[in-house]
Amino acid sequence: MGIRFILMVNKQGQTRLAQYYEWLTLEERRALEGEIVRKCLARNDQQIRFELMFEFLCSYAGVLAGWLALNEQCSFVEHRNYKIVYRRYASLFFMVGVDDDENELAILEFIHLLVETMDKHFGNVCELDIMFHLEKAHFMLEEMVMNGCIVETSKANILSPIQLMDKAH
Amino acid sequence: MEQLKTIGRELAMGSQGGFGQSKEFLDLVKSIGEARSKAEEDRIVLSEIDILKRKLLEPDIPKRKMKEYIIRLVYIEMLGHDASFGYIHAVKMTHDDNLLLKRTGYLAVTLFLNEDHDLIILIVNTIQKDLRSDNYLVVCAALNAICRLINEETIPAVLPQVVDLLNHHKEAVRKKAIMALHRFHRKSPSSVSHLISNFRKRLCDNDPGVMGATLCPLFDLITEDVASYKDLVSSFVSILKQVTERRLPKSYDYHQMPAPFIQIKLLKIMALLGSGDKSASEIMYMVLGDLFRKCDSSTNIGNAILYECIRSISCIIPSPKLLEAAADAISKFLKSDSHNLKYMGIDGLGRLIKISPDIAEQHQLAVIDCLEDPDDTLKRKTFELLYKMTKSSNVEVIVDRMIDYMISINDNHYKTEIASRCVELAEQFAPSNQWFIQVIMNKVFEHAGDLVNIKVAHNLMRLIAEGFGEDDDDADSKLRLSAVESYLQIMSEPKLPSLFLQVISWVLGEYGTADGKYSASYISGKLCDVADAYSSDETVKGYAVSALMKIYAFEIASGRKVDVLPECQSLIEELLASHSTDLQQRAYELQALLALDARAVESILPLDASCEDIEVDKDLSFLNGYIQQAIESGAQPYISERERSGMLETTDYHSQDHHEVPSHALRFEAYERPKPSSLRTQASTELVPVPEPSYYSEAHQPISTSSVSERESSEIKLRLDGVKQKWGRPSYQSSTSASSTPPQAANGTSSHPDVGVGSSSLKPRSSYESKKPEIDPEKQRLAASLFGGSSSSRSDRKSSSGGHKPAKGTASKPPKENPIPVQPPPDLLDFGEPTATSVTATDPFKELEGLMDSSSQDGGSTDVMGVLYSDAAPVTTTTSVDSLLSELSDSSKGNPGTYQSQTSKGPNSQEALEKDALVRQMGVNPTSQNPTLFKDLLG
Repeated sequence: MGIRFILMVNKQGQTRLAQYYEWLTLEERRALEGEIVRKCLARNDQQIRFELMFEFLCSYAGVLAGWLALNEQCSFVEHRNYKIVYRRYASLFFMVGVDDDENELAILEFIHLLVETMDKHFGNVCELDIMFHLEKAHFMLEEMVMNGCIVETSKANILSPIQLMDKAH
Repeated sequence: MEQLKTIGRELAMGSQGGFGQSKEFLDLVKSIGEARSKAEEDRIVLSEIDILKRKLLEPDIPKRKMKEYIIRLVYIEMLGHDASFGYIHAVKMTHDDNLLLKRTGYLAVTLFLNEDHDLIILIVNTIQKDLRSDNYLVVCAALNAICRLINEETIPAVLPQVVDLLNHHKEAVRKKAIMALHRFHRKSPSSVSHLISNFRKRLCDNDPGVMGATLCPLFDLITEDVASYKDLVSSFVSILKQVTERRLPKSYDYHQMPAPFIQIKLLKIMALLGSGDKSASEIMYMVLGDLFRKCDSSTNIGNAILYECIRSISCIIPSPKLLEAAADAISKFLKSDSHNLKYMGIDGLGRLIKISPDIAEQHQLAVIDCLEDPDDTLKRKTFELLYKMTKSSNVEVIVDRMIDYMISINDNHYKTEIASRCVELAEQFAPSNQWFIQVIMNKVFEHAGDLVNIKVAHNLMRLIAEGFGEDDDDADSKLRLSAVESYLQIMSEPKLPSLFLQVISWVLGEYGTADGKYSASYISGKLCDVADAYSSDETVKGYAVSALMKIYAFEIASGRKVDVLPECQSLIEELLASHSTDLQQRAYELQALLALDARAVESILPLDASCEDIEVDKDLSFLNGYIQQAIESGAQPYISERERSGMLETTDYHSQDHHEVPSHALRFEAYERPKPSSLRTQASTELVPVPEPSYYSEAHQPISTSSVSERESSEIKLRLDGVKQKWGRPSYQSSTSASSTPPQAANGTSSHPDVGVGSSSLKPRSSYESKKPEIDPEKQRLAASLFGGSSSSRSDRKSSSGGHKPAKGTASKPPKENPIPVQPPPDLLDFGEPTATSVTATDPFKELEGLMDSSSQDGGSTDVMGVLYSDAAPVTTTTSVDSLLSELSDSSKGNPGTYQSQTSKGPNSQEALEKDALVRQMGVNPTSQNPTLFKDLLG
């Protein structure tokens, strides 16, 4: 099936966007998010010494600059029968739950493509952009991923429906 | 920092009129954003729920306002609270004419509802209407919703429209229609089985987006049935070739890589098609070779494609050249500083090792480095690799390491996995029994005892009893002694897992006193301690008591005087009054045994007979003489249970002559109530608990008959209800053991389960052995040096790996192409200082620049490339277009008919009525809201 879910969580562990491609009940989601976030944040704590540098850069260059080659650890975590591929941009973690046979590096780059796309639309996207425009972030995801598969990777194609809708209003 | 940013954004929003969002919404988002704890966030959300509940009840809510409320509902659910009170408003919003509102409505509905939710029925009609819309964005929104909301039942309601949309003039619509069909295929393959040809046709779509999306359903289809798609091999290869030649529009480029996600999907499909197929594989050699040459290993995405190539090569039948290229790519991954690449390298190694086992040779040190890395993910991946390359020569080192790791982690899920892998490897490759018992089983049991399968415990007991089947009694008794010794040592540790204690008790009972090293009172004292320390665990207690019984039996049999320790005596007394009938039974048996003479005891519990077969004479033929005697002296002959079942009511009145003619008279059928009574009898037989023979024969027999009169059966049922309350399940177990084995064979109660499991668990073992791969001597030597290497000197490592490095360096691509760490100069490869290479880490700013470039280049040349691509497209299609087209026309002719037959399959009227009622209950009046809503759907 490929992608099982996409989560955006800030570094306090608060969910900022959640999209599941298989049905989970509210309780299951809550439990899953709790476990995953704890796991990923704990891994990240080991890299806390880079925190200040992250913050510093982010304040100047937005989310995109937050991703640096500073990752000491793998960006992948196994969790139950999923693999979580995660990437941190400034204060936001992007986490994608995938099946075991998915290409982790490609998913990692898919996250980046998503961020680039949002960046193109919002301009220096940050956590608040996503919060204030939750539906737009979802619309972009709807264009990019269907049935848990990556179906569109051209930024122009992803954004054109959203731009058309913006124009109409 | 964050607050500063918040303020900045707020200012910006103020000047833009807040994106048209209300102050309320901004405040909500702000307060959620500023919440410092989960509790605070929950408080905000709870009060928001109250507010929304009130607001949604207000009449005439403006549409814009409504949209905001819906988003707020999405927030509530996202943060883990129930927003079901507002679902209906999201459903209503999908009816709106305004595109943005409609799409928001659809989005909310897809987030809130699963496909079987009752409200979906209200949306299906809207979807149908939207699929007919002139505005292609409306159609797209509806297709998005279809992919989330349509279940098997509702597929026929939208299928024909979706099929029509496959030929829509807008590529975005075609793409989503394909994905909708993909979804239908997943939900109910039969619903679209006649439409499969459409996927083939869309593969040749002029638009690369549609083609790329089509790969998703094709991947699923090919996974299910490879053989039917072999004809597409050359098409896929030629598409991949064109993609790598940059024939796609530039907007698909990602970090200067042409359509990488499409490339990866194609490689996945090729792996399926080429698996075990030489001729298909050969078609792929060229393009795979090109990919290895061209791929830019300085970017993540380039490496992602390289990794996918490695995977493909490990699936197809590769050429030596490709294997070499894959091995090179893996060694680059492993030598990289990036943990992600190392991870991919280890994974690739695990895949390639299956087809070319020598490949691990050059990477031993890299593997060891990864194993010792503090990063858990990398470590696990490496363990997975080690698991794949375990053989008898290195099993000790690998399993040792796995156990150490298992002890160090807390995650039960993974602990279980590692434990079972350890057991599997140990059973498969164990070099000696001693090692197997001492190192593996004891450690695994001690640290993950509650997580391993109970079969493993029985396996272990059987192993100790049988001693690996070799006819060397001396070695066997040594093995047992060492097991006893190690268990006596371990026993003193607190909090051992139950399963482990069972094994310990059993072994001590069987072999504790066997060679005279330990006295009976010492062992029995230990066993009493166990029963005492784990007094809440009845299974362990049962094992301990049985073990005590064996100890004493061996003592009595050998003619020694038995002194029952005071603590044993008190244990027995305690158990005689136990609530568990099982324990009671065991205690009584032990008590009875202590009173018997040596000869009797010896025949009850012979020494070391745990692996002798117990012959169970089901016919009880040894009693024949006795029966004969009894009958001769006037006793009534035995009536079999089957005969009795018809007789019960009548035995009082009729003489025995009637047994031959079972009197299934009318009255039984008249009283029979088939289902409930059979159910009850089943339940009640299960409950028959008490070993008292008088009750047993009275209660059990009538119940097991299905022909009891109603009055009587209800009476019995009442009685058993009381029993059930009191005894519950454990009593059932004891009753079976008590009744199935005659009291003389008391040994059976303890050793019976082991014997049974032992024989069944023999099978998996033998199948492992047959699967065991041939180990070539060179590899053995290598692995010995590799995994002995963790203790051997550094210089050894250098010399063993040094031989390979320079050769590999020159054979691979020119190093200048990749300035970044993946290919550091050979000097830096010294494994003595792995940190030295990290100096050449990727320059973050460089990466950033590349990124900006790519995003700014996007716009311009799209059209030119588009033209190019559409020119090129026919080339792709040449192979199969004709047949495809004819197939398509066939299937389109067939469509109307199938559609009609399918619509009639929809939800039946009864269900529809129920749903209607439910909907009305929820306060929606379908006729006023949308007059046609139910017409089409429910007829």
